Amino acid sequence: MRALLCLAAAFPLLGQVTHDRILNAAKEPGNWLTYSGNFAGHRFSPLDQINEANVKTLKPAWVYQANSLQKFETTPLVVDGVMYISEAPSNVTALDTRTGRPLWKYRRPLPGDLRVCCGQVNRGVALLGDLVFVGTLDAHLVALHSKTGAVVWDVVVAPYQSGYSITVAPLAVKDKIVIGVAGGEYGVRGLLDAYDAKTGTRAWRFWTVPGPGDPGHDSWKGDSWKSGSAATWVTGAFDPETNLIYWGTGNPGPDWNGDVRVGDNLYSDCIIALDADSGELKWYFQFTPHDVHDWDATQVPLLIDGEVRGQKRKLVVFPNRNAFYYVLDRTSGQFLLGKPYAKQTWAKGLDDSGKPIRLPGTFPTVEGTKVWPSVAGANNWYSPTYSPRTGLLYIAVREAGSLYFFGEAEYKEGDRFDGGGFRSIPGEEEWGAVRAYDPATGRVAWEHRLFSPPYAGLLSTGGGLVFGATNEGQFYALSATTGKMLWRFQCGGNLIRSNPMSFLSEGKQFVAMTMGNALYVFGMD
Amino acid sequence: MLWWLPLFFLQAPQMPDLPNVEKNPLSAASDIAYGKKLFAGRCAGCHGPLGDGGKGANLGVPKLQRAADDRSLYRVIRYGLAETEMPGTSLTQKEVWQVAAYVRTLGQLPREKALGDEANGKTLVRGKGGCLQCHSLGTEGGQLGPPLADVGARRSAAHLRAKLVSPGDNVPDDYRMVDLATSGGKKIKGIRLNEDSYTIQVRDAANKFYSFEKKDLTELKVEKRTMMPSYRTRLSPNELDDVVAYLSGLRGEQ
Repeated sequence: MRALLCLAAAFPLLGQVTHDRILNAAKEPGNWLTYSGNFAGHRFSPLDQINEANVKTLKPAWVYQANSLQKFETTPLVVDGVMYISEAPSNVTALDTRTGRPLWKYRRPLPGDLRVCCGQVNRGVALLGDLVFVGTLDAHLVALHSKTGAVVWDVVVAPYQSGYSITVAPLAVKDKIVIGVAGGEYGVRGLLDAYDAKTGTRAWRFWTVPGPGDPGHDSWKGDSWKSGSAATWVTGAFDPETNLIYWGTGNPGPDWNGDVRVGDNLYSDCIIALDADSGELKWYFQFTPHDVHDWDATQVPLLIDGEVRGQKRKLVVFPNRNAFYYVLDRTSGQFLLGKPYAKQTWAKGLDDSGKPIRLPGTFPTVEGTKVWPSVAGANNWYSPTYSPRTGLLYIAVREAGSLYFFGEAEYKEGDRFDGGGFRSIPGEEEWGAVRAYDPATGRVAWEHRLFSPPYAGLLSTGGGLVFGATNEGQFYALSATTGKMLWRFQCGGNLIRSNPMSFLSEGKQFVAMTMGNALYVFGMD
Repeated sequence: MLWWLPLFFLQAPQMPDLPNVEKNPLSAASDIAYGKKLFAGRCAGCHGPLGDGGKGANLGVPKLQRAADDRSLYRVIRYGLAETEMPGTSLTQKEVWQVAAYVRTLGQLPREKALGDEANGKTLVRGKGGCLQCHSLGTEGGQLGPPLADVGARRSAAHLRAKLVSPGDNVPDDYRMVDLATSGGKKIKGIRLNEDSYTIQVRDAANKFYSFEKKDLTELKVEKRTMMPSYRTRLSPNELDDVVAYLSGLRGEQ
């Protein structure tokens, strides 16, 4: 109660999330106000009650069971004692952080003919003012009242019948809600939108596949741009100083048959930097031109200030699905450094501009072509974390290859459009690791080996810990300085596809992560 | 308060986009040829290049149990089989039909006939071969290796022969051999039942379960080789024929 009163004194409008509060998220570490914890994509919690010395006593405080057997991918947001989660397929629940009991539920009816490539999932909500925002599988953006779950507005982002869906957690920036789309396996034309948070009126749209007359349009042969994909299904970052939104884009469509879309296929597999107010493209950097392996650049960009070759710079770093780690100048997009951070067999390296030097014989074939990394990549949508406390970047790395298949690709609106496929390489060992890197150089500080390639993100904390989860159901805490495993808990199930976060409830620190079909919240006595 | 409950029922499960035809519309020689190529890449890893089984089912049979008609075959190829290792694919409708057309030809290929003496095979499996030391047949036998009760339904004669001669090829993941030593000096040999980043679970030849923290082990070898010996020289060619004939007849009816 005392904690609540303190919070009430600090924030007269309890529960009102303002842009300034998100901007200064580090000043209220008890809350988790945006997908990555801060605008810079760090997924770092300054909280230190749970630390290297006492993490051994961590235990479950409460568990929330989802009413769905779909993958549970949400990052919970917490503000002033209330936790907001999304649940499959496109539902939202507000939970009491003290007990895990629901306060309200929003259950969205959906049509039966959705187009989803990879499960009926949702990765979380955004908060701004007294509203909660969620994207839906029928490609709407919905604003709910944070106290009741009542729908305040509901707008169509794109027609789901054409193959669009929304799984990404929206990003609240200033007075707008930025939202991307999925649909990269259905030949949609990718886009990133911003909506006025109060009214739901669209403020701007950026097409990630440029139309006729626009720069980059000539990177698509013929009409292939119309089904070019470049979806935007993972939440980006924002820098108030550059006023830019940084967002990753997905694979070109179709995924594995590049013959029907000759060219570099802009802006697929890019990081795009857009003016937050106008949506205007300030710069872009394409990691994998003319991708034929489904290596979406839909990772969370991390904004870090660091020294590169003796010069202090504002950086954006990007551990890409294609197994290269990139360091760019985030004011200009200039390529500063790039190197492999997992086994890869598709490129000899990167040239001075950061463009890959492709090796021959790596394109998909009807019979199958063996290439590392695997189709799921060295890293996927799940989050890395950067700890300003240790100055290290932590990535859950996947070490695996795939057999890539070429297939026919004929576009028909609303149908799957992927032009091939993949499978694991028989007899090849697959494994994973959590690695700590110096973000400016990509040098490895330590490695914690994992039995299989992970599909779960990481959280670093002020308590000197890195939290994450294995494919085999273990939630673990590592020392952020040495990588030593200090504590773990077997949650059951073998599908952990989410990201951890941390918050305070009644002044006590908790760590939360969805595992299997449940949300686990851990704390200490 | 629970006004939202009925909304669950509005959300019918997604129906697979099954084509609305009974017969495979693409069975021309060119379709079969292309289907064969697709099969080589996507299916042969488990089903064998000629579809006579391996990790996956033996498709070289006149009638496929789970895909008696073309629509069922389409469904299995496109969507896989729940609770089995058979995954779905992202093949287009045309490609699925082409693979299906090729799969239908597999049942007509000439196959190795199990020519041996089944009765003698039965004796060898229980006697000289010592198979039941490790494999079970209903209530008889050991539990170290995979059960044999329906092995003839799952595996072709050619595959059974290959396994008897070269058992180390393609050891299934759930029968990997483990050699370990604990910090207390205990040595254990067995079959890996499960493993993760931090622990391993093992069953030894005496059917005893063990569970270890990896950090407590001084030695841990999970090998791709199998504990099964090769019968290349242990049995005469005729005896090998007899064992293959007997195993081929084991169809889970015992």
